Amino acid sequence: MTAISVRDLNVWFGSGAARSDAVLDVSFDVAEGEIFGLVGESGSGKSTILRAISGLVPTWSGTMTVAGETLGKRRSQSFYSKVQMVFQDPYASLHPRHTVDRLLSETMRLHGIRDVDDRIVQLLGDVGLGAGFRFRYPHQLSGGQRQRVAIARALASNPAILLLDEPTSALDVSVQAEILNLLSDLQRAHRLTYIMVSHDLGVVGHLCSRIAVMKDGRIVEVLGVSEMRQLQAQDPYTRKLLASSVHSIR
Amino acid sequence: MNQATSLRDWLLTEEPASRRQAAFASWYKGWLRFRGNTLAMVGLYVLALLILAAIFAPLLATHDPFVQDLGNRLMPPGSEEHIFGTDSLGRDIYSRILYGARISIYIVLLVAMVAPLLGLIVGTVAGYAGGWADVVLMRITDIFLAFPRLILALAFVAALGAGIENAVLAISLTAWPPYARIARAETLTIRNSDYIHAIRLQGAGPLRIVTRHIWPLCVSSLVVRVTLDMAGIILTAAGLGFLGLGAQPPSPEWGAMISEGRKFILDSWWVATIPGLAIFSISLAFNLLGDGLRDVLDPKDSAT
Amino acid sequence: MTDQGPLLDVENLWVRFRSRAGMFEAVRGVSFTLGRERLGIVGESGSGKSMTGRALLRLIRPPGFVEADRMSLHGEDILQASETRMRQLRGGRISMIMQDPKFSLNPVMTVGQQMVEALRAHEKVTKAQARTRAIEMLDEVAIREPERVYDLYPHEVSGGMGQRIMIAMMLLPNPEILIADEPTSALDVSVQLQVLDIMDKLVRDRGMGLIFISHDLNLVAKFCDRIVIMYAGRIVETCKASELRQAKHPYTLGLLNSVPDLEHPRERLDVLARDPAWREAPSVSARQ
Repeated sequence: MTAISVRDLNVWFGSGAARSDAVLDVSFDVAEGEIFGLVGESGSGKSTILRAISGLVPTWSGTMTVAGETLGKRRSQSFYSKVQMVFQDPYASLHPRHTVDRLLSETMRLHGIRDVDDRIVQLLGDVGLGAGFRFRYPHQLSGGQRQRVAIARALASNPAILLLDEPTSALDVSVQAEILNLLSDLQRAHRLTYIMVSHDLGVVGHLCSRIAVMKDGRIVEVLGVSEMRQLQAQDPYTRKLLASSVHSIR
Repeated sequence: MNQATSLRDWLLTEEPASRRQAAFASWYKGWLRFRGNTLAMVGLYVLALLILAAIFAPLLATHDPFVQDLGNRLMPPGSEEHIFGTDSLGRDIYSRILYGARISIYIVLLVAMVAPLLGLIVGTVAGYAGGWADVVLMRITDIFLAFPRLILALAFVAALGAGIENAVLAISLTAWPPYARIARAETLTIRNSDYIHAIRLQGAGPLRIVTRHIWPLCVSSLVVRVTLDMAGIILTAAGLGFLGLGAQPPSPEWGAMISEGRKFILDSWWVATIPGLAIFSISLAFNLLGDGLRDVLDPKDSAT
Repeated sequence: MTDQGPLLDVENLWVRFRSRAGMFEAVRGVSFTLGRERLGIVGESGSGKSMTGRALLRLIRPPGFVEADRMSLHGEDILQASETRMRQLRGGRISMIMQDPKFSLNPVMTVGQQMVEALRAHEKVTKAQARTRAIEMLDEVAIREPERVYDLYPHEVSGGMGQRIMIAMMLLPNPEILIADEPTSALDVSVQLQVLDIMDKLVRDRGMGLIFISHDLNLVAKFCDRIVIMYAGRIVETCKASELRQAKHPYTLGLLNSVPDLEHPRERLDVLARDPAWREAPSVSARQ
């Protein structure tokens, strides 16, 4: 089953002379339960694709089918309960005046979930935070804990698809490892489909099974993780990217 | 003692166990930070003193503020029975200041409730909606800003008729545009933040986002701005009083008292100076308070 | 240069911040020396690595303050030096490159103006000479058409070029020590290595001392001779870069193993179990 199908996606910002194209003729499919990676440097348009799918960028053309629903300009409430997003910077993605409890309970009420109290405790457990974190404010949490809360919020509506926008790039490597482990555990437990955006080939190679390499708004190559690990890329840009990412001392 | 420390621990815990505790704890921590600012505390004390004085004016006053005693007119401060002296009609200035505090605080509180609320609504709606709504609302704001405040207030009072309530209305109508600008500027930065994107992706509508997510963040800077503006509000009210368009004689409003004292300023300085000092002290108190609140309410600092 | 002693000698360096909640200690008794070598300081956020770099230039502002038994440059005490003297040293003898060129370049001056100003603050040269040297320096950091770039404003250059310009600007007055604080973290991976290669070549050609502050162990291992690993304001381990593989401290190992590695895939990444004892263990000296 195809979870996400994107055909000839173009995304642009501004209009007239100020128009700048961020994504050009991008097409890809993501199967159900697959982890699909989008890799590229800053300005390659990789995050913009996620924002177009989630409805945060209204200026796009093409065809996007997500979880059986062909997307228009507006997203339905049922779309939001099936597709959720985790943002890059956990310091910016939690409301500074809302406790974890308020954040999660508001999310659940928006999705019409009844037994909010039990579900919050269960969710906090799922993401590796105890119930003790429930009434804390974001400033009382570390970066990794905040990102766990953000993941809990994304999971609150029991979505099938998570869009991950550089979920670990603002974190220390040891915390990154925890979050990556958590993401792969959750994926397995809930049979989730991920699209993960990252500039770090190591991170993408660890989690994803297929990877699209982007440059200047276009996908230059889609390759499987094993080809990537053996550094077998066709496109010169992909090869350059791989070469600059392999410098580990081990 | 034991109970006091346990209450403190309960408030300062890193792991609140209920919504209520989390809310109390965050208030308590803000209060601790506020308390660390000596000048702000001075402002708070002065203000508390003035409010208490206003509440207990009938008990504290030595004379009826309206009773004239022409035999004792223009007595200097420190004279028998009149510590602040008497005015041109022999009324006790000390008692009039106390009763006047009621009027001044009443004006300030009313303005402080109406103007920022109006500004908040206009500013956040303009900022979040963008497009036409933004253009129309902000041009209206600009029109209001283009007039000198006192002139505009004068025009309103002239149209509505003199009196305290109309003065409040006029001041509020002239005071909201700066708040709208602040609220709009804040909204523009907040609306593009990830936490607003996140709640949009949960399917929240604009009304919920503006009132539940943007307002709480705008309120703090507005509160600070309002306390800093209080001085200006009092002075505008006093100015209207001075021009005879605010509180009407014989009401002991401070601005009106200065206005009366003006005629005798060369021979009897105290008649105008003492209400002037009262206005000065309440303005200063609000300014100090505002500075302290800025430290407490700025969300960027609350991480430390 | 004739003297054989270290360029920089730091003993028992503390950086503390006074706050209402009490004293916060960012750096806790760190000792190291720097010769004409490349020293890497590695740690996670909050480990005190950046504070150490800033303390060397006395860039810690109140409520923070610096204490040390010794902090000397060529035997000259820089802890007690006057602010005037420090201004001569900063940029002149010790230069610093920050993380993001967007914030360290002045947006309203052209690249050339800034470079000339930086040079003329430390050396008596005519404007024409300064211009010539600035253009030569831009050429050295592999900028094509240096004359054209000289007249550009910072917003007209890319991140990678901005950071190369920063390097050129910082090396222009011929400092002896370069402190690079996460110099490539804001850059894309493909330009990271290029920028580091250029920096590395210049530092080696000139026989400078380099302090390379970074969170990336692999990167530091590649570009440094000696590595210092910091945790909670202390040095937990120090070793030669070539011997990083034989590192013993569990924190170092934890950092190494938690990085996902393209060529060596693992089902699960190792998670660092932090031992509170690391925090309290005395700082290891990195003096030589």
